[in-house]
Amino acid sequence: MTDIRRRKLLAAGAGAGLAAVTLSVLPSARATPQEMAAAIAKFTGGAAHRPGKVNFDIAQLIDNGNAVPVTISVDSPMTAADHVTAIGIFNERNPSTDIAIFTLGPRAGKAQVSTRIRLATSQRLMAVARLSDGSYWSQAVDVIVTLAACIEGEAP
Amino acid sequence: MARALVHMPPAAKAGEVIEIRALISHPMETGYRPGPDGKVLARDIIRRFSCRYNGEQVFSAELHQAISANPYIGFFTVATVSGTLEFSWEGDNGFAQTEKMAITVSAS
Amino acid sequence: MKQPVAALLALAIAAISAVATIGYAQEPAGERKSGAEFMSPSTQAMQRDDTLNPGMLWVSGGEALWNKPAGSSGKSCASCHGEVLSSMRGVAARFPAFDAGSKMVVNLAQRINLCRERKQQAAPLRAESEELLGLESYVAMQSRGMPVAPPQDAALAAAAERGRKLYFQRIGQLNLSCANCHDQRWGKRLAGSTIPQGHAAAYPVYRLEWQAMGSLQRRLRNCMSGVRAELPPYGAPELVELEAYLALRDKGMAIETPGVRP
Repeated sequence: MTDIRRRKLLAAGAGAGLAAVTLSVLPSARATPQEMAAAIAKFTGGAAHRPGKVNFDIAQLIDNGNAVPVTISVDSPMTAADHVTAIGIFNERNPSTDIAIFTLGPRAGKAQVSTRIRLATSQRLMAVARLSDGSYWSQAVDVIVTLAACIEGEAP
Repeated sequence: MARALVHMPPAAKAGEVIEIRALISHPMETGYRPGPDGKVLARDIIRRFSCRYNGEQVFSAELHQAISANPYIGFFTVATVSGTLEFSWEGDNGFAQTEKMAITVSAS
Repeated sequence: MKQPVAALLALAIAAISAVATIGYAQEPAGERKSGAEFMSPSTQAMQRDDTLNPGMLWVSGGEALWNKPAGSSGKSCASCHGEVLSSMRGVAARFPAFDAGSKMVVNLAQRINLCRERKQQAAPLRAESEELLGLESYVAMQSRGMPVAPPQDAALAAAAERGRKLYFQRIGQLNLSCANCHDQRWGKRLAGSTIPQGHAAAYPVYRLEWQAMGSLQRRLRNCMSGVRAELPPYGAPELVELEAYLALRDKGMAIETPGVRP
């Protein structure tokens, strides 16, 4: 083996070793896209969800991740024969993936829910609606969250 | 008793879809946050909200830590007949609260 | 083809210079903007709509306290003051104010506590307690929309002058004064947030960062903590003097209580 090749191999090995060490000490304080997919699969019972029918309304510019207003609405006549039975909201990078699951029915009249949620960081969110015919529809949004400038030393 | 505010129209026509807005004071402590002594504060959240219209559940929500403190929930229901809407919140540490609002429904 | 480009460039330079000038100048009276103008539309909506405003939870608590007998007097606020809107309208607009009985300038919360002690024979409510914030918000909301109108007496003027010096004094490990950010750099960014002008007419506010209601003094201490300064205790004269100066600085701006701020 020439000197140059050996140096390259050593460098590659060292890099890989370092990368392995770095990854293993990363704290798992956040969920992952895989965990969000798993949480959604639990909600749908493993059924696939299609993009559509769901509108996920969230502020473009988020002042503070502690209270982000969201409104989820689903295109549905909300009749006894054809209505939304549940709406779930999920996230990718908060400490836990589930945000809320709302249970509706034909008595809701309108498939729309609003609430305020906490977002730990910039991430992807997903709203999934279950319809009375057993189908699942979804919409994903990507949000940017900044943190407050000045941290309070002690709360009163 | 936590302070709770529920906004909905006091009267509606039969079949009309009305909007309800419910707000309750609650810290929704996530269980991830350290307290002043550095130890993580135990989770203390509202886990469930439901609306019963003359006893029949017309809406409910399962809430997790990602719902903001002093949770706000806005939803809709069909005004069917006059009566009472009952709003219930339940959560950790035996938290349970109910608010009632009357509705007068006239013929459409 | 060169002319339109040159014109565009000139416009761009003018625009940048204009923004820079506005940012660095001492805050001109005509350009005063409430902190609400620096918030996102959804946060503005949260303040504007009483059915969405989390501060209304404290207001409703204050309303309950207004009508509840307190102390050994057995009297409620309503016993003497009657209906809140007619008796309290305009009151918050005139605070901080000099209190003859205690011979010092006090803010609205302190004045409420003085009334509790003197008239209701009740213990004062703790600063930043849910009860005191509730009462203060409930009373101040009765002045919502009215202009800040500080009294024009010598005692308040003296306190406000001391407050003005504090406003311009650099403090903390970061060695910054209120003026450095709120007069000279409003509109610019500090971390991810836009620096507002530091007006105080919306207090007490539901601050999203606190996930709760808080007083102006809590916000001032929060800012001081941010520049790594020692924090005066709640009720300290320096804090009241700053509040007095801010009221003069806000004169004429509309009261927004209960405010919502990021």
